This record gives sequence, structure tokens and C-alpha cells, in this order.
Amino acid sequence: MPRVAIDVLLKREILDPQGRALERALPGLGHGEASDVRVGKHIELDLDVSGDELATTVESMAHDFLTNPVIETYVWRIIQPDERADANS
Amino acid sequence: MRVGVITFPGSLDDHDALAAATRGGAEGVGLWHGDTDLSGVDAVVLPGGFSYGDYLRTGAIAQHAPIMAAVRAFAADGGPVLGICNGFQILCEAGLLPGALLRNSGLRFVSRPVFVTVERRDTPFTRGFDHPGPWSVPLKSGEGCYHADPATLDRLEAEDRVVFRYLPGDNPNGSARNIAGVSNEAGNVVGLMPHPEHAVDDDLAGGDDFLAMFAGLASDVPEHESLSR
Repeated sequence: MPRVAIDVLLKREILDPQGRALERALPGLGHGEASDVRVGKHIELDLDVSGDELATTVESMAHDFLTNPVIETYVWRIIQPDERADANS
Repeated sequence: MRVGVITFPGSLDDHDALAAATRGGAEGVGLWHGDTDLSGVDAVVLPGGFSYGDYLRTGAIAQHAPIMAAVRAFAADGGPVLGICNGFQILCEAGLLPGALLRNSGLRFVSRPVFVTVERRDTPFTRGFDHPGPWSVPLKSGEGCYHADPATLDRLEAEDRVVFRYLPGDNPNGSARNIAGVSNEAGNVVGLMPHPEHAVDDDLAGGDDFLAMFAGLASDVPEHESLSR
């Protein structure tokens, strides 16, 4: 069964106060090299569909429920077991 | 006038909304998120709280509750629908109101009285106000920063759909153009972040500036509105 990862961020023109707070904190932790910090969501799920239906399913799910198109944008991809964000846990 | 108040899992202010409807002279009717009809009420309130624990996004899960199909049909038919705080977030997620509510720009949960002006007094929820204010009302929210793209904001202003505004210089959460509440195109669906149901009793901390909202709702239902449903 394919596993899909969906990454969600606030649209670029929207102020991300969490990202800004981290951006301000990082120099104090010795990471002055970091900039343009944005905080979002990473969603993973198994999908019991394949082929063309996969993209349609993911996009419908993401557009109608997992993200709010008024404020958020997303990218998605099919991932292998070793690409899970929790693969090394 | 029967005012229905929907309880979702995680609603907090449903009982205050029922009490406010009663205090305004209406009959408060409790409605359940799992219901599929509105029990014949004349107006619907989506109360404040943290429905479904604010999981995913505020209001994102509640907008798919079984009762929301009936709310959509009622709203499309011209029925008065009010969303307070989390209820406003739900109405935005449901697409019944434009825009969305973001994390407060200061990142802090804000719990304090604010002043708002009533910019439009011909909705079912604002016809009881005899002047634009400012009126005092409690605000208590962490995700109350109203956002819409500039074209939508321009359209809202042009169509007179900004119903409540924070005072210039006292915008508590970074909301675009100091917007505290908006309406749909027809004016029968209204949402706001502050809590009018906590401002209906002068013996309590919230004062009673917003009793006019519930008194206005309870009285003076134009005949064409009641006939149209």
C-alpha cells in the first residue's frame, strides 16, 4: 500500500508568528545563519489506492480537509518506509 | 423566537449562549452536533470553545459534523446563524463566511475585555444596537487573527460586510483591518471572535453591552423572514 507524505505551510504572504519567534531565538542559540523560518505540518498516511486514482485522492483529501486553501499551501509525495519521518525512532 | 445552540464535543460556551438567548427574551433550544435537523428553531448559534480539541485546525473537524448540513441549508434559506469565537472559526472553515482565523500575531492567548464598534446594524444580530458604540465585550482566544486576501477584504468593505471592528490602536490579535466580525453576502450569517454571550448581565464581569444583540434577535423578526422558511 503506498504511503504518502503531505507537507503543509502557511502561504508565503501570511505572517507566521511561530516561525518568526524561532527565527528570533536561533541567533541566541548560535545559529545566526538561519533565516526565513516557517513552521508547518507534516502528515503521513497509507492509502489503499494506486495509479491515477492516488493523485486525485490525495488532492481531494488535502484540498477539502487536511489543508485550508484560504491560508495554507501543500506539497505531497509517495514515500518509502525508510523515508518516514519516524523511520529512525 | 426559538434560538438553537449547537453543542459540539469541546464546546464550552453553549450554556452561556442559551442563557443569553433566554435573557434576551427568546427560548433557548439545545442542539447536538450529531443531530441532522434543527428542531424547527428560528435562529442558530455556534458557540465558543475548542471543538474536537482544535485538532488539525480550529473548526476543521466540526464543519463536517452531521448537523452542519442542516445549518448550511438553513443559512442558504436566509435563516439567522451566529458564530461566536470557535463558532466563527467553524463558519469560516465551512465556507459560510469568508476568510480564516490565524494564530494571534502576538502568539499569546488573549483574555480581556475589548471595545468594538458595530459597523452594520441591519443584521438579525445587530438590529438591537441603537448606536455604533464602541461597546465592551470579552475576548478570549489564541487564534483570533482574522485573515482574508486583500481582494476579499476590499470586497467585504465595499459590500458593508464588516459587522464588528476593534478600535484603531487596540487590535488585540493582529486581525486584518481591525476586523472583529463579518457577515455573508445576504447578512443573515454573522461571525465574531469576542463573546457577546458573556456580556448580557451587568452583575457579572462582562457587563451587559451585548444584551442588545440577543434582545434584538428575539424581537422584531421581519415577517418576510419567517415566511421564507
